[in-house]
Amino acid sequence: MHSKSQPFSGTRRRRFLQNLLAVPAAIMLANASLTAHADSANTTGLAVTDKTVTVGILHSVTGTMAISETGSVQAEKLAIEQINAMGGVLGRKIEYIQEDGASDWPTFAEKSKKLLIKDKTAAVFGCWTSASRKAVLPIFEQYNGMLYYPTFYEGLEQSPNVIYTGQEATQQILAGIDWVVKEKGAKSFFLLGSDYIWPRTSNKIARKHIEKLGLKVSGEEYYPLGHTQFNSVINKIKLKKPDVIFASVVGGSNVAFYKQLKAAGIDMTKEKPLVLTISVTEDEILGIGGENIEGAYASMKYFQSLTNDNNKNFVKAFKERWGKDIVIGDVTQAAYLGPWLWKAAVEKAGSFDIDKVRAASPGIELKTAPEGYVRVHENHHLWSKTRIGNAQADGQYKIVYETKDLIEPDPFPAGYK
Amino acid sequence: MTKIKDFIGRYQLSHLLILAALLLVVMPLAMDIFRLNLVGKYLTYAFVALGLVLCWGYGGILSLGQGVFFGLGGYCMAMFLKLEASSPEHTAIQSTPGIPDFMDWNQLTALPWFWEPFHSFGFTLLAVVIVPALFAFIIGVAMFKRRVSGVYFAIITQAIAAILTILIIGQQGYTGGVNGITDLRTLHGWDIRTDSAKYILYFINAFLLIGCLFAARYIIKSKLGRLLVAMREREDRVRFSGYDVSSFKIFIYCIAAVFSAIGGAMFTLQVGFMSPSFVGIVPSIEMVIFCAVGGRLSILGAVYGTLLVNWAKTSFSESFPELWLFAMGALFIGVVMAFPNGLAGLYQSYVEPRLQRFKKTAEPLAPESETEVLTPEEIKPKQHAKDTESAAGEYSHAGN
Repeated sequence: MHSKSQPFSGTRRRRFLQNLLAVPAAIMLANASLTAHADSANTTGLAVTDKTVTVGILHSVTGTMAISETGSVQAEKLAIEQINAMGGVLGRKIEYIQEDGASDWPTFAEKSKKLLIKDKTAAVFGCWTSASRKAVLPIFEQYNGMLYYPTFYEGLEQSPNVIYTGQEATQQILAGIDWVVKEKGAKSFFLLGSDYIWPRTSNKIARKHIEKLGLKVSGEEYYPLGHTQFNSVINKIKLKKPDVIFASVVGGSNVAFYKQLKAAGIDMTKEKPLVLTISVTEDEILGIGGENIEGAYASMKYFQSLTNDNNKNFVKAFKERWGKDIVIGDVTQAAYLGPWLWKAAVEKAGSFDIDKVRAASPGIELKTAPEGYVRVHENHHLWSKTRIGNAQADGQYKIVYETKDLIEPDPFPAGYK
Repeated sequence: MTKIKDFIGRYQLSHLLILAALLLVVMPLAMDIFRLNLVGKYLTYAFVALGLVLCWGYGGILSLGQGVFFGLGGYCMAMFLKLEASSPEHTAIQSTPGIPDFMDWNQLTALPWFWEPFHSFGFTLLAVVIVPALFAFIIGVAMFKRRVSGVYFAIITQAIAAILTILIIGQQGYTGGVNGITDLRTLHGWDIRTDSAKYILYFINAFLLIGCLFAARYIIKSKLGRLLVAMREREDRVRFSGYDVSSFKIFIYCIAAVFSAIGGAMFTLQVGFMSPSFVGIVPSIEMVIFCAVGGRLSILGAVYGTLLVNWAKTSFSESFPELWLFAMGALFIGVVMAFPNGLAGLYQSYVEPRLQRFKKTAEPLAPESETEVLTPEEIKPKQHAKDTESAAGEYSHAGN
């Protein structure tokens, strides 16, 4: 730098850079004072007016998860429309802002930020996969939002900012295993799942329970998401001859798995081995084809074929709104509970304020739930019954068993406390 | 001195300053912190696009696996932040406190050895740069020394992206699997989730990007840049002129990798998590699209292209959650059909001539174009032969 004639010689450049650095500091101050002022205008800080309250819907309507999450979006919209038809919440109509998570976890994070910071939604109904929930969780905790999460999931989580309207793993699994042991005399189990946190945790819980009953786990295998070649594991299953294949394969892999199982000569209606799944709802059967999965059992809290009056009304309303050929799976029903549970909590709290809604949530009960009766536990999960369904060729499940009592949610089963 | 004059010619400097002013002054003033944080996220992709301008636009090496390096940089940073977030107090609920939560879920009882060094911030910063550079070097040596190029190279980089994704997802006990590494909180006790932290990170990010832009400009204007263009146009002629072509390719590929990795690390800091969805084939191709929309020969175009595509993505998806992908597809087709040289080409053919006519009286000398394309004929072999030793020696083993 020996020439002083350059337009950007040493000292001038340094001064320029210093000035450049001063700009960000000034901007930060300016913006901080602006936002502080805007926030004090609204007492709850939420998008609530005298006539309306705004909530968010955040699911994937594009990408690989769209096929699963569309049902949840429909259920949430239906619930919101029904609540509005009844006069809304605290005299306010619910308006919703829908965002697309695009089956992409970072997009979920971005959109949840938008729903909380820009739109100031009073509640968000959304997410499906564990990965998307994990991506948005820190955001909901940081900005104090309220998420109603509909999917059955692995547990090991209890956030003050999430209400889990699906079952956690122990609720779904223990009752299912107890049933096959008691009713079908099962002695040995083959655990098979997609390779991510939910199947792994589920199988860990299943294994513990099976071993506690003094029975045998004859194999445990995982395949990547989207895997479509199950022939080698099917051969292994044929060799080991387990009484039960305990399957937690998810998404598109299901189609390949059940078709190949059938092609390999395993007739599920003969129940040798018996297939017990925790991941195939009526929605997935649409893809698999009823004839390919006929005879398998599923352990879940809801099936479309439930015969109580709540469910009859729900199925009728759902079909009227979204078409008569539509099927309703476990998660769709759990998503439908979200807006209703939120409404009940808001009315109990007498306010939309997140902290007050949170405080009011435990103990909220819903007698009109399609699955029957649910109650929110202290740990933000739902007390619910578990049912066993037998897959029929028409794509529906025939319910063969239902637990007598509501099962207590236990997101941190022994060994994690 | 002439070199400096050449590299920051007044004309290009004005373009760069406009961008700097846009990033450092206009955007922070015009946007709230939420939108600004989004822009910060987009700008991390601009690092990758910038690397692609160098290695694809100039070097002619199309890599469809730049997400690998973005991911490596991001994961290095995420590992450090995750370890800090997994202090024994924060993880008391686990069966093994003090290790990241996903390890506990996967029944790991001790921290794997390769996680240990990431307790140190200094090591992490080094790793962010060196791990991807080393990886790129190994790929580069394996490919370019064997004269693998063109479509074959692109396919191999895609395969590498796929392999790394499968590896990360499969080894979830060590990597967090599909979920990625989430819930990152603090950097040396400094909460990176607060609004003020987001402002500071945004400015660090913008300064780093501008620094990388200067570095890229320097490379393009140097002899190396001219050689790259020559290699792209007539690789064998350059080789017959006595240059070790593969070494130049390895070098520029490593530079692109390092840029991407810096972007990845800044992404992790600003967004607060890292997941394998940035490593795979789809995001890697998306980054090539950012670069193409901007104009693959323009380093500033890379930044504008990235901003435009991501802004379009966000606003389309906010307005039409169920149709936005079609709108994006239409945008890409439109850009490629109507202006194959991207935004930079558009600027060159429509805006610049008008600007020049306007400025003609003030500036008698025709300014150098922003996205100058050199043909091999422009590189005078005589002049080069003289400089072979120094130029080649600087970037590679001496020419053979």
